[in-house]
Amino acid sequence: MTLKHTFMGAAAALALTATGVLADPAVVFDLGGKFDKSFNEAAFNGAERWKEETGGSYREVEMQSEAQREQALRRLAESGSNPIVMTGFAFGNVLSEVAPDYPETTFAIIDAVVEEPNVRSVVFKEHEGSFLVGMMAAMASESGTVGFIGGMDIPLIRKFACGYAQGVLAVNPDATVIANMAGTTPAAWADPVKGSELTQAQISQGADVVYAAAGATGVGVLQTAADQDILSIGVDSNQNYLHPGEVLTSMLKRVDNAVYDVFAAGDAVETGVNVMGLENEGVGYALDEFNADLVTAEMQAAVDAASAAIIAGETEVHDYMSDESCPALSF
Amino acid sequence: MDVMPKWAEVLLVPLISLVLAFLISALVILGIGENPLNALRLMINGALGSAYGWGYTLYYATNFMFTGLAVAVAFHARLFNIGGEGQALLGGLGVALVCLYIPWPHWTIALLGAMGAAAMFGAIWAAIPAWLQAKRGSHIVITTIMFNFIAAALLNYFLVELIKAPGGDPATARFPEATNLPTFYDMFTPLGLSFSRSTPANVTFFIAILACIAVWALIWRTKLGYEIRAFGHSEPAAKYAGISPTKIIMVTMIISGALAGMMAINNVMGEAERLNLNAAEGAGFIGIAVALMGRSHPIGVFMAALLFGFLYQGGAELAFSTSIPSQLIIVIQALVILFTGALDNMVRMPLERIFLTLRRPPKPKTKLEAAE
Repeated sequence: MTLKHTFMGAAAALALTATGVLADPAVVFDLGGKFDKSFNEAAFNGAERWKEETGGSYREVEMQSEAQREQALRRLAESGSNPIVMTGFAFGNVLSEVAPDYPETTFAIIDAVVEEPNVRSVVFKEHEGSFLVGMMAAMASESGTVGFIGGMDIPLIRKFACGYAQGVLAVNPDATVIANMAGTTPAAWADPVKGSELTQAQISQGADVVYAAAGATGVGVLQTAADQDILSIGVDSNQNYLHPGEVLTSMLKRVDNAVYDVFAAGDAVETGVNVMGLENEGVGYALDEFNADLVTAEMQAAVDAASAAIIAGETEVHDYMSDESCPALSF
Repeated sequence: MDVMPKWAEVLLVPLISLVLAFLISALVILGIGENPLNALRLMINGALGSAYGWGYTLYYATNFMFTGLAVAVAFHARLFNIGGEGQALLGGLGVALVCLYIPWPHWTIALLGAMGAAAMFGAIWAAIPAWLQAKRGSHIVITTIMFNFIAAALLNYFLVELIKAPGGDPATARFPEATNLPTFYDMFTPLGLSFSRSTPANVTFFIAILACIAVWALIWRTKLGYEIRAFGHSEPAAKYAGISPTKIIMVTMIISGALAGMMAINNVMGEAERLNLNAAEGAGFIGIAVALMGRSHPIGVFMAALLFGFLYQGGAELAFSTSIPSQLIIVIQALVILFTGALDNMVRMPLERIFLTLRRPPKPKTKLEAAE
């Protein structure tokens, strides 16, 4: 008995050492850097959470140029990092070339689908989360006009806008949705002044709730909305705390969970397409002490009912990216 | 006038500026608790220590050669073309349209077609500000900067609405196989030189060298080049000599735009093999620094482009293998630009004084000269 225990203990110790030699995971941040208060930062937070909880270590690389994408992936794969997580659709094209060369390494890409046996593609149903916050915007609005401010005008952001507009119209079919994009260059993700200007313009058109899906540009949107005493809606991370009592809610996109899940699973991570929607809390709306007074019980009940209906498949939210068009909003 | 010998003018001044820039960078690296010598070794090894590193260094350098030449040509006519970025983006659009919609039988012909399209699109984009300058007096610095944004918006419209490949990424489909340019791997493996398969340097590098030679011949060996330089030195004098300012502004900017546009055969056709939104990634702006550092001479531009290629690739290696944040590489690049471009006189004037002292015969007259 004791002997058996000793053996089992030894085996367990061996197993532990075996995990110890296993490669560290790695995360590659897209252009924009890891402290963008938004998408990349959410990924960084997920990685940090994993580090804190497990005491493990991970490698990280920040992109400086387009040509470095392939370079970074190959370097990490060759140095034995596994799994390798990358943030952003822009890696899709490169990854489909790199992944077959490293069949032993598992890659995870966020916001794009790459069909290779060793790739986990994590995509989010941003349109569903946006639909819910759109409903809340319509219920909170007194003027019947609500705004949307996007970052760079790309299909992904139109997907946010389209879901939002559908949510607004689901509550109030007569509502007006004003949608603006901050720009057409990557600078549009980091232009709070432009975000502020657009918010002013939308207020002058009657908007009394604005939803920002614009990275750091959204900081300006939320600020101006708070200054002008209208409500705003944050994005990606929970931004309610930025202006307590002035931010109606935030549309959560749990990139941090996606990264955390991959890191926690290690090289046993499941490959294939991983859709993060309402059903697995990949997207959602934020409710905390900062917006508790703004969200009425009626509002919450309506949104939760809609959420349940979407999960059950009774309500379908149109995804802009499925056919590049939006029934509720024209761009 | 010529206080310093030519070699000092061309080599010593930039070299000292460079050393100064690196010294201050070293202080910054020390400040964040890393070993600067180690960092320098990593950069040199990463950028020049292997065929792999060279494959990236030369790829970046090729981009900078085109945009640097573009700025240099315009600068000979004292036109400051800040629009290299937009012209390169539009050049990319030209390359994409030609590669996607014309069935090319072989890459050599496709390359010629793409060069033509890239040059034409870039030239058109530069011609509009040029026309506004020549006919309306709208300052070319302002208009070319604004045209960068218009180019980005136009490209965005094309990539989001018109020529986007199905799927989420705002980019075109991959160009057909027949238009893929041979990389250094394809070219040099038969010769026994092993370049890594994944490095992006390609045949465009040699086209960039040809472009350097062509620009040299244009500026110093043709009538047009003479006119460009004459106009640059003095517009009234050039007018008096019968040179049309309108013609010189238009032609110079068209050549400049064409050169910037041709960068796209390297990054769009050679590397990405498709067009995406962020194709030029600031190379148009680096071109300004390259031209300044290279004194608008093709050989200088070639050397400066290599230096910036080294900084780009070495910097990437630094970020891969140390905890030095990638922003620091931008600091180093900025210091190099600052010292070689803006603070040029800081190095030049003491050097001139030294050379004067060395050359001067020991006569009492010297005091007067020194006072100057």
